[in-house]
Amino acid sequence: MTVLKPIIEVKNLRKTYGATVAVDDISFEVAEGEIFGILGPNGAGKTTAVECLQALRKPDSGDIRVLGLDPLTQASALRRRIGSQLQESALPDRIKVWEALDLFASVTPDALDWRVLLKQWGLSEKQKASFSSLSGGQRQRLFVALSLVNNPEVVFLDEMTTGLDPAARHVAWDLIRAIRDRGTTVVLVTHFMDEAEELCDRVAIVDRGKIVASDTPQGLITSYASDVRVIFTTEQAELPWLSEIPDVREVVRRGPRVEVEGSGPVLALVAAALVKHGIIPADLRVEQPTLEDVFLKLTGHSAGD
Amino acid sequence: MRTLIKLTWVEIKLFVREPITMVVTLALPVITLFVMGGVFGNTPNPDIYRGVGPMDYYVPAYFGLVIAAIGVVALPVHLTAYRERGVLRRLRASSISIWSLLGSQLVVSFIIAVFGGILLLVLALVIYSPHMPQSPGLLILAFLLSTLSFAAVGFLLGAVLPSTRAAQGLGLILFFIMLILGGAGPPPEVLTGAMVFIGKITPLRYVVLSLQDPWLGFGWNQNASLVVAGIMVVASLLSARFFRWE
Repeated sequence: MTVLKPIIEVKNLRKTYGATVAVDDISFEVAEGEIFGILGPNGAGKTTAVECLQALRKPDSGDIRVLGLDPLTQASALRRRIGSQLQESALPDRIKVWEALDLFASVTPDALDWRVLLKQWGLSEKQKASFSSLSGGQRQRLFVALSLVNNPEVVFLDEMTTGLDPAARHVAWDLIRAIRDRGTTVVLVTHFMDEAEELCDRVAIVDRGKIVASDTPQGLITSYASDVRVIFTTEQAELPWLSEIPDVREVVRRGPRVEVEGSGPVLALVAAALVKHGIIPADLRVEQPTLEDVFLKLTGHSAGD
Repeated sequence: MRTLIKLTWVEIKLFVREPITMVVTLALPVITLFVMGGVFGNTPNPDIYRGVGPMDYYVPAYFGLVIAAIGVVALPVHLTAYRERGVLRRLRASSISIWSLLGSQLVVSFIIAVFGGILLLVLALVIYSPHMPQSPGLLILAFLLSTLSFAAVGFLLGAVLPSTRAAQGLGLILFFIMLILGGAGPPPEVLTGAMVFIGKITPLRYVVLSLQDPWLGFGWNQNASLVVAGIMVVASLLSARFFRWE
């Protein structure tokens, strides 16, 4: 997919470890100012791919430009302008939270005020705590803060919300949106379907080293999993007219529970037909397809596998 | 430059917060000082110790021992632990350069070496009253050169050794071989031919000579200093070539 004003361009990227092909000929572009999701199960090659983009790994072949720079030959210039939250990394045990931020801020004159970052990421009280005393979630938030402290133009977040509790996850999502709204491009690597759907402007679905689909979350759902399910309960035994509604594909009856599968405006049509036949269920609801369904459809297995 | 200064300051604070490295690096030279001083005192014997008092011989040699402990144990263990735990990966991703990393380690090494030297000198002065350095200027120069040289050896070991355990094991073996045969152990005059030979191929031998000569009033030891400088150049080049962030 070609995008307007690409800030990241990847062409035919390939990376193997011995006989294992981690990234198998992938190409994509990321537009300036968007949140681009790289979504897939663990071991799909997501991390390897973005580490090539961050000049942390050397690809076997392919062409990469990030901010117009080649990670192979312009690594240090690139690293100063991007932010990286790595999946596997650590700080010295006895370094204090503020010391780490202060140190990483020193690489650029336009660094952000780390006190503000600490506050945003809920770490103000931990400012003087040592790295080893932080919980998993606190470490995770510190790493995200560290990835932002050099005021990067592009930030790479690799499984950013792993280890965060649900409340902290939602706070993190809001903060990521705020980063995007300030103009920073975000590349988000995740295996959480809900996170990608909630947060990303566009998503590339990766499975076994290849991109199997790429679009907006809604675009993917429309293309690959457009069926919605309308669900309600009724005591009325026979509902033959339901199957005659256009756009309805299947009606499944389990006792009083009725599930109508279909596409397009099927909810409105079913609702209208119900009212016309004097059935006004209090529990009428619709289940929208999610990226999870798209993933299942595309790969034949769920992301958790 | 700002990053180098910040990282150096952080490393100094980390070192102070975890003084175990200090204990390991400084305890052995101090213990050896007490044992050798207790056994040999400081009365010169023309046949051994280059004809000077044993303590006059050993104090500059133990300066070398502190420097060697930093180079073959403390630095490689520190660097391999950083690599193993992913600290190097984190630093690299935040565009902290290899020069900031190694520069900060170099400064911390100097501080430990100076601290260790002062500690040894004070203890020796209080108990055994050795002679003070005859050419302090040349001694400082030799001390700087020796620390740089062993720091380069430390970077090289830290670059090529695969794990912290390897660094600890190999470092201690190297340290003990150098301690016993490199001029800081039994007087070289009493060692067998093979031991003298091994002693002569350890870097510590030349560090000890280049420190002893200005201390004892023998002037600048050009040959020993050249070897020390050569080790520094070769180890620096090799560590730059083989350094790995992960």
